[in-house]
Amino acid sequence: MTSVWDYFTSHRSEIMSWLGTTLWLAAVPLVLGLIIALPVGWLANRYRWSYPPITSAAGLLYTIPSLVLFLTLPALLGTKILAPVNVAVGLTFYTVALLVRTVADGLNSVSSDTLNAAAAMGYTGRQRFFAVQLPLAVPVIGAGLRVAAVSNVSLVSVASVIGVTQLGQLFVIGYTENSVPPTILGLIIFVVLALLFDVIILGAVRLLTPWQRAGMR
Amino acid sequence: MIRFDSVTKRYPDGTVAVDNLDFEAASGEITVLVGPSGCGKTTSLRMINRMIEPTSGRIWLDDKDTAKIKPAQLRRGMGYVIQHAGLFPHRTVVDNVATVPLLLGTDKRTARKRAMELLDRVGLPSNLARRYPGQLSGGQQQRVGVARALAADPPVMLMDEPFSAVDPVVRAQLQDEFLRLQQDLGKTIAFVTHDIDEAIKLGDKVAVMRAGGKLAQFAEPAELLSHPADAFVAGFVGRDRGYRALGFAESGGLATAEEDVVRLGEPLRATRDRAQDGWALVVDDERRPQGWIAVGGLADSALSGEITPDLLNLGGTLAKQSGTLREALDAALSSPSGRGVVVDDDGRFVGTLSASEVLAHIESRAASIRHDTMTSPGRGAFTSGVPT
Repeated sequence: MTSVWDYFTSHRSEIMSWLGTTLWLAAVPLVLGLIIALPVGWLANRYRWSYPPITSAAGLLYTIPSLVLFLTLPALLGTKILAPVNVAVGLTFYTVALLVRTVADGLNSVSSDTLNAAAAMGYTGRQRFFAVQLPLAVPVIGAGLRVAAVSNVSLVSVASVIGVTQLGQLFVIGYTENSVPPTILGLIIFVVLALLFDVIILGAVRLLTPWQRAGMR
Repeated sequence: MIRFDSVTKRYPDGTVAVDNLDFEAASGEITVLVGPSGCGKTTSLRMINRMIEPTSGRIWLDDKDTAKIKPAQLRRGMGYVIQHAGLFPHRTVVDNVATVPLLLGTDKRTARKRAMELLDRVGLPSNLARRYPGQLSGGQQQRVGVARALAADPPVMLMDEPFSAVDPVVRAQLQDEFLRLQQDLGKTIAFVTHDIDEAIKLGDKVAVMRAGGKLAQFAEPAELLSHPADAFVAGFVGRDRGYRALGFAESGGLATAEEDVVRLGEPLRATRDRAQDGWALVVDDERRPQGWIAVGGLADSALSGEITPDLLNLGGTLAKQSGTLREALDAALSSPSGRGVVVDDDGRFVGTLSASEVLAHIESRAASIRHDTMTSPGRGAFTSGVPT
């Protein structure tokens, strides 16, 4: 364990810079993915006939191996092969793939009694979506977001293979130098990162859904 | 006033939910739409606020054609209460009630203040205001639903089986309070139910609908009971309607007999002299009846001690002096002593009456109605009850 700590202290500056890259590569796609998944999921819920094709397409998207995606994107986007933005775009795809069904199901989980009542109170369609349906879908969407966050964190490391340096580099170093400490350090940091994302999302969901905990008398 | 003018709702598959409906829900009155499931009553209600659009015909709100008012604007002017209250689970009780005023642009403080007044009005303690709907009982949620519908003081209320999902005791309570509230507020109310007893209890007018979305009869409740338009209505109104019709006949003019009473806490021996036929009526210090005590057949030795509540028979119902013949008859029939207990509006004991006295009164009243009917022919047709 001391050798892991020694490795960390001796490589502190580059590890911190990798950590920064890893953080934004995991976080930005999560936010972008959610923003894209919301309207798509809304569509799949609003027009029920579109639910099967949209969710199937999203499922297929997720089955594309990440390496293939990271390597094809530069050609599609016209970006440099080593640009981190390829990874960000790829992970955004995965986030969308994971969240579309969740968003649609979350919106669908809101009781029709509640929605009818909202319409009858005089909410316009848009007001009803933002003031009633979306807030009530937060618990379901939040659960999906947690899965997507953890999945993103672990997928970021794959980017090392295509030369985008971030914390995944620790595994490359561990492999090429046949050294254990960087690998263990990488594992620890990734697990902590995944937990951190999880806790942040969980906290946000709790903040947004005080009624859920008040449910028990 | 809400007026249905040849309103039809036909779905693309050819199903006719509402067929050429014509009726008027008068201002300040409760108009109940009642009928078996699938009779189009809820569809009719939902066409009023354009949750469903009619295929043909018009629905008028006073002198305005509802089809020409924007749905959101139309709905903000109509309170709406549904079966499971349909409260917003993510908003506190007070914010649920403030919904429509906020939509209408009232500032938050004023809207909340108004919401608190309404919670009080529907009989909810103010400490529930900060709770979420999930923390309330079904009956409490339903009250919040009513408060929410009243919040913007709309002239019109639409109510879709609002009391159906709560247990019978709470339902009766909510109905009574609703009637009291309506006495103060005088809203124009369209009320949907499948329960004919509820329709008769609450409605100023009742529209009985039958399968296929047709209006079978539109009448006052008493008229519905005494003159069902056809076999369907007679069957739907059901059995016991002769007895239930007494619920619309005031019992004023019924003479009561005096009765010696005993008070709680008096020695048991006191019942000896004051009991009639072995039963004595027990009252509290305010002369409010508490129950009957049986003293016939008891030996003197058993009559030691005081009159305590656990000795009382609580079987009898109480009839208000200002109540109906139905109450009076029920009080007499349910009383263990055979003597129905009549009280005044404050619940104080007035006197007793027997079932035969009530029946004699009913007979003579019926005779005078028959006499009136003979002079105006065409009414009073005999209708056979259809087994349901």
